[in-house]
Amino acid sequence: MHKKDMGLALLIIVVGAIVYMRNPLFLSPINLGNTANLIGLFGLFAIGQGFVIMTGGIDLSVGSMIALLGVLFVDMVGRFGVPWPLAMLITIGIGTLMGLAHGLLITKLKMQPFVVTLCGLLIYRGVARGYTGEATAGFPFGVSYPELEWLTIGRSFGIPHSFYAMIIIGVICWFVLHRSVFGRHLQAVGKNEDAARYSGVRTGLVITAAYVTCAVLTSIAAIYFAMFTRSVQPSSHGNFYELYAIAAAVLGGFSLRGGEGSIVGVILGAVLLQQLQNLVNLLGIPSSLNFAVMGGVILAGVLADQQFNRYRQKRRAARALDGLGNVAAAPS
Amino acid sequence: MSLLSGTPGAVAAFSGCLNMNAHDTKHPLLVLENISKVYPGVVALSNVTLSVRAGEVLALIGENGAGKSTLMKILGGVIAPSSGKVIIDNVAHDHLTVTQSQAAGIAFVHQELNVFDNLDVAANMFLGREIRGGALRLLDLKAMRDAAHPLLARVGATFRPETSVAELSLAERQLLEIAKALSIDARVVIMDEPTSSLTLSETRTLMKVIADLKAQGIAVIYISHRLGEVEDCADRVFGLRDGHVAGELSRDEINHDAMIRLMIGRDLKSLYTPPTRAVGDIILSLKGVRIGANPRARADLDLHAGEILGLAGLVGAGRTELAEAVFGIAPVLEGEVLLAGQPFRASSPREAIQAGVYLVPEDRKRAGLVLETSICENISLADFQSVSRNGLVSGTKVAERAEAQRARLGIKAADVQRNAAELSGGNQQKVVLGKWLSMKPRLIIFDEPTRGIDVGAKWEIYKLMRALAEAGVGVMMISSDMEEVIGVSDRILVLREGEVTGSLPRSEFSEHNVLKLAVGAH
Repeated sequence: MHKKDMGLALLIIVVGAIVYMRNPLFLSPINLGNTANLIGLFGLFAIGQGFVIMTGGIDLSVGSMIALLGVLFVDMVGRFGVPWPLAMLITIGIGTLMGLAHGLLITKLKMQPFVVTLCGLLIYRGVARGYTGEATAGFPFGVSYPELEWLTIGRSFGIPHSFYAMIIIGVICWFVLHRSVFGRHLQAVGKNEDAARYSGVRTGLVITAAYVTCAVLTSIAAIYFAMFTRSVQPSSHGNFYELYAIAAAVLGGFSLRGGEGSIVGVILGAVLLQQLQNLVNLLGIPSSLNFAVMGGVILAGVLADQQFNRYRQKRRAARALDGLGNVAAAPS
Repeated sequence: MSLLSGTPGAVAAFSGCLNMNAHDTKHPLLVLENISKVYPGVVALSNVTLSVRAGEVLALIGENGAGKSTLMKILGGVIAPSSGKVIIDNVAHDHLTVTQSQAAGIAFVHQELNVFDNLDVAANMFLGREIRGGALRLLDLKAMRDAAHPLLARVGATFRPETSVAELSLAERQLLEIAKALSIDARVVIMDEPTSSLTLSETRTLMKVIADLKAQGIAVIYISHRLGEVEDCADRVFGLRDGHVAGELSRDEINHDAMIRLMIGRDLKSLYTPPTRAVGDIILSLKGVRIGANPRARADLDLHAGEILGLAGLVGAGRTELAEAVFGIAPVLEGEVLLAGQPFRASSPREAIQAGVYLVPEDRKRAGLVLETSICENISLADFQSVSRNGLVSGTKVAERAEAQRARLGIKAADVQRNAAELSGGNQQKVVLGKWLSMKPRLIIFDEPTRGIDVGAKWEIYKLMRALAEAGVGVMMISSDMEEVIGVSDRILVLREGEVTGSLPRSEFSEHNVLKLAVGAH
């Protein structure tokens, strides 16, 4: 675990302790379970966003993808009776194609990630609304899917399966980002795409893979969200979720310039965001202030981190200058 | 006219206290006193003292990385020195700001021209100091154009104030920058490599402008690698070497050899180490190769295993582009490339690297290194496969590999886990070399391998190039540094506008011969 991650973990513990002292319900099993579920749901696609941000890009289409893929998944299973494993595969397949489209537009046609995924945000949301005619997609009344429900909204040892899903995927992604050749290439591309290319890294492939990874994790999250809400309202489902993902990554130490960040960090970022939401509820702060609290904490966190880094750099420069003084004084 | 005698020893021993020169009749306009600038891991400037007098042309010479640009940035207030003062009109500044610098009449004519080509000439000239008029205080375009006119005339510009800068040639943009300097009543005009992109006749015009400025009592600080120009126009030469004062030359001491001694600290004839064995087979052969950068030219060349082939030519001769085409960065449009007799056409650097063809790029910070990443990651960047098992990278192997290269190349770093950004230019270049040497090179193209590198590291890189050649690797070296190309190569090919205009064996090496081929017969 990096120092940055430790700092974030410490912040989470401190905030948790304060909330617990003000309202002991914070550590009640029900509250913890619900929060863990939300952490799992948001963590899943925040990890995906992390891969994209690692390349120096951004994926704004996440929220709309969750809406469109949610609508499609619910419709396939609920209305057309497609067996749920097949529906899952199709959903993830469509998500993969979306990610592939983003990646290819960005690497082959040299479009800017912001523009490509902003258009994705608009298009997917529009298609979701158009496809359903603004109607809410839901499962037929009284029908249940025991295996699917166990997998997505079930719990083991009191912990929701969405949280397990995020942990499993998080561990895999940790190995991919921090221990695999692909991960090294991804970090190098994010820091200096030219140097990576001159070293024989297939930069286009690496960047495209990051967008595909993001889209695949988002599709999995979309299925979990659809099962969690049971019905998908195409105009509001998943609204602003891309911003939660970006916020989690930034809190977790990712730089929007690329090349920096860790999986542990982004997961902790997702934890902190949900903890803040929870804090707003538990401390009786009007829920309309939700976003304001989140924004304030992110701003303060990033600012503190930056100031700390500047302080460290200054100290290093001062030490180097002292060294020079001694050298210059000796001869002549 | 100087305290200095003409001997190199006295020149080298001299440092600082120029403002105390007893023979100095004019009061210095400004003094940079004991300036040091330290970056993490790099000492850019160390106790440099320099004075500038009104109406003189002071040439600032030194190799790339000697600290010239850093010193001038401090004078411009762009960066703050770590210690030392800038004294202007007897007022000492610990930290000069850009505004103070401009108010004191210090004007820059930048190497990378800072003009905005979406605006017109007058708008560029008055950027940030726009003349406004009328009740609404809107831009007074006419007033600005009227004011721009005489300034343009003073520098001999033929374009008009309302011309769009996008339409101007590089030389014209340079004139615009100088006119702009005049418009702020400059007392000191700093020209950083002003002629690097100018034609011969444009350079002559510039020399005339410099003489005019001088006659008007304006001091010119002239930074250039072109020693011929310095000889023509400088009243005084100030040399920097590796961030230290190397000495200075007065008007009558200025000559080519003295300036080279000042820059590199010794004579350069001794660079060459002859090969101990005969050259091997042809490793790389280009036959009628046409590339996008010079679509009308065709290049032919042969490179033997075991030789160091120097590629000389003016900036823009297409040497880098040719190397990049071989390396798979840019496509070869037509013609034949043979690697050890086999047709070879890399469509990406990856393919070139797999064939054992490596490039040490010209722009180290952009294309050679991932600066904000550790030394060891940089060394394994092109070849993580061989330090990983089942797709998982072994941190131990990455570190071992880097340690091996550190020992072999003498990379001076506290730890291979440190960021490459903390290293000096020479050590950074060694990291780039370590990346390739830890693999299996057949052909290495060095593009300006010692740009911005201190003298000691240069030597080590030359020795390494020779060792590679002796080991049977083909070594191609692109260099615009005449001393280097003549001093290190076994054979020199000269390029002009994408075509090879001549091949010189060692017996015919001379600056004159190289230049003749580079510029073309007149």
